[in-house]
Amino acid sequence: MAESITIRKLKERFGDRIKVVPSPFDGMDTVAVKRGDIADVCRFLRREEDLDYDLFRDLTCVDYINETPRFEVVYHLYSISHAHAVRLKARVPEEDPTIDTISGIWVGANWFEREAYDMYGVKFNGHPDLRRLLLYPEFVGHPLRKDYPIDKEQPLVQLREEMKGVR
Amino acid sequence: MGIESALPEGIITTRLDKVINWGRKWSFFCYPFITACCGMEYMAAAASHYDIARFGAEFPRFSPRQADLMLVVGTISHKVAPVLRLVYEQMCEPKWVMAVGACACSGGFYRNYSVVQGADRIIPIDVYVTGCPPRPEAFLDGIMKMQAKVDTESILSRRN
Amino acid sequence: MKDLTKELHTQCMTMQMGPSHPAMHGTVKLLIDIDGEDIHTVIPEVGYLHRGFEKMCENSTYHQVIPYTDRLNYVSPFINNVGYVMAVEKMLGIETPERCQYLRVLASEISRLTDHLTCVGASAMELAAFTAMLYAIQGREWLWELIESLCGARLTTTYTRIGGVAYDLPEGFRPQTRKILDKVQSLIDDMRGLLEKNRIFYDRMRGTGVLNAEDCLAYGVTGPCLRAAGVYYDVRKAMPYLVYDRLDFEVPLGKAGDNYDKFMVRVFEMEQSIRIIDQVLAQMPEGPIAVDDPKVTLPPKEKVYNSIEGLVHHFNIIIKGIRPPKGEVYFAVEGGNGELGFYIVSDGSEKPWKCRCRPPCFPIVEAMPKMLEGAMIADIIPTFGMVNMIGGEMDR
Repeated sequence: MAESITIRKLKERFGDRIKVVPSPFDGMDTVAVKRGDIADVCRFLRREEDLDYDLFRDLTCVDYINETPRFEVVYHLYSISHAHAVRLKARVPEEDPTIDTISGIWVGANWFEREAYDMYGVKFNGHPDLRRLLLYPEFVGHPLRKDYPIDKEQPLVQLREEMKGVR
Repeated sequence: MGIESALPEGIITTRLDKVINWGRKWSFFCYPFITACCGMEYMAAAASHYDIARFGAEFPRFSPRQADLMLVVGTISHKVAPVLRLVYEQMCEPKWVMAVGACACSGGFYRNYSVVQGADRIIPIDVYVTGCPPRPEAFLDGIMKMQAKVDTESILSRRN
Repeated sequence: MKDLTKELHTQCMTMQMGPSHPAMHGTVKLLIDIDGEDIHTVIPEVGYLHRGFEKMCENSTYHQVIPYTDRLNYVSPFINNVGYVMAVEKMLGIETPERCQYLRVLASEISRLTDHLTCVGASAMELAAFTAMLYAIQGREWLWELIESLCGARLTTTYTRIGGVAYDLPEGFRPQTRKILDKVQSLIDDMRGLLEKNRIFYDRMRGTGVLNAEDCLAYGVTGPCLRAAGVYYDVRKAMPYLVYDRLDFEVPLGKAGDNYDKFMVRVFEMEQSIRIIDQVLAQMPEGPIAVDDPKVTLPPKEKVYNSIEGLVHHFNIIIKGIRPPKGEVYFAVEGGNGELGFYIVSDGSEKPWKCRCRPPCFPIVEAMPKMLEGAMIADIIPTFGMVNMIGGEMDR
């Protein structure tokens, strides 16, 4: 299969700092990036005229609990003008779960990063407002980590069965 | 024919409870606490096709101070639970609560860290309407059950 | 107006709108700093309907996830079903039969109609046009009858199966659909007539909640909100899935990106959906509705009850589940609010390692401060109505 323009340009610019990963199911260009490079790669993808990744599609995180580094932050980008898509992946270790923010490149990444922080505890360096998004500030832990028990509740109010004198 | 036969025409006798309950049950002022999917069926029940107005409960009041029947419609998560309790406590007596849908009754099929396993862990519930989501008919049936329950109450029982 | 209020003595205050507010359909809180009627900042606070969708998926087999997808966007559940199932099919590498593909398109477009009707009706109601909302709900009721005859449920459909769909068209579906579509079309026309040139409606919608094309893209906004800003992007056209490339339909575009354009785009899209359903009913071939692969497709109920093979296959799929090969997939469909993507990671077991839904209204709500800053309090209502936040999909 011929190399797409995205892969070619990325290889030209970043050389062996990136690694192309096969993605047989959806055939999307998939690139593994070192976590220190993520902001550079994203800025390049956004600014380069032939690439012009203008639509920020998705950002999420996957917890590979049995592997090291443990977390993988996954980015999906799309270019409306050229109609091509790319997936970036960056591994983040458990002991220092940090990665640079890309919310300065696509503002939309702001909430997606907050959600990833909320659910997985991955911190985004330089994020303007890194708070929990879907859960409440009192919540301890990160529920989508594989080692968080599915039914461990953390109620905010006293439940009725714990109150005295309630039927 | 009872005591009425001795009275002039136009006078009937009844119990105070009966009259008050009759007024209450035909004029529910609902506070719809809508969070999720069941809200769509609440909309359907409230609109012209199923016409909740037949039960005198058509007018939603979005101020808890003016409502006497709270409808918990949809999933209650731990994040929204304090709001639910606050709204409930703001309602004036007499007040009733109807849990609509599987999530509000029991947490539904969301057995996880974020969903309250039934709204009755937060506030007392009078009528449970099952279904995921309940059809408008089931919802209206819930309203009728609520009316039946109101009918059995005595005004004295709500003192203190 | 601003000159008039300048002399009034006002002071800045912070106001909470929601999480239980009549105009916030669904639970969301807006923290608003206002000075008189002018909005300084808006901070949306979401997550009140977080139901742990992903965690539940990771603990369910691939088939068991389908009911959870219903409840993501509960106004257009068919589209969610289709999106999820097709992502899994990509991993398994199966191509569904043609009839099944047409059925999925049919279901998706009925769902799009109900989605837009609800959105338009609810926001019209919030602008005091109660009649329009009753019209919309009536139309939705008719469409739900159709959905019910197709899959037995009004709202939570669970219609698709991995490798096919659950049921074929019931008897008399075509004439019934035609009749209902005619009624819905005339209802849409009536509703449009009530709203389109209505002074109050027009003045409150036009020029408010503007989000231009560049901002839309940077935020990741897709769907009617993006098209209202004039960007031609529709997943059905950009990356045609199912049989959309064989169907003739247009993608309506707006210009200004304000609430009025978003409203009109939705109205026109409903007309296009009706066009698509017509073509689907005309073109749909006869044939099987699911792939003939006992390792993937659930056998029909008659087989389960009456033959030993059927029972064994059923048992195998339900108890052991299906095991897609190791890997990942991202697949997007055009949902009611925009691009609805599913990113699924498989570790080769019967449960998804990760099942992420890219919710279309998530970035739109994120962009609300951009639409509202500098506006007035009354503008929040139409803007939020046209954002069409769906709690289940937003907070998952």
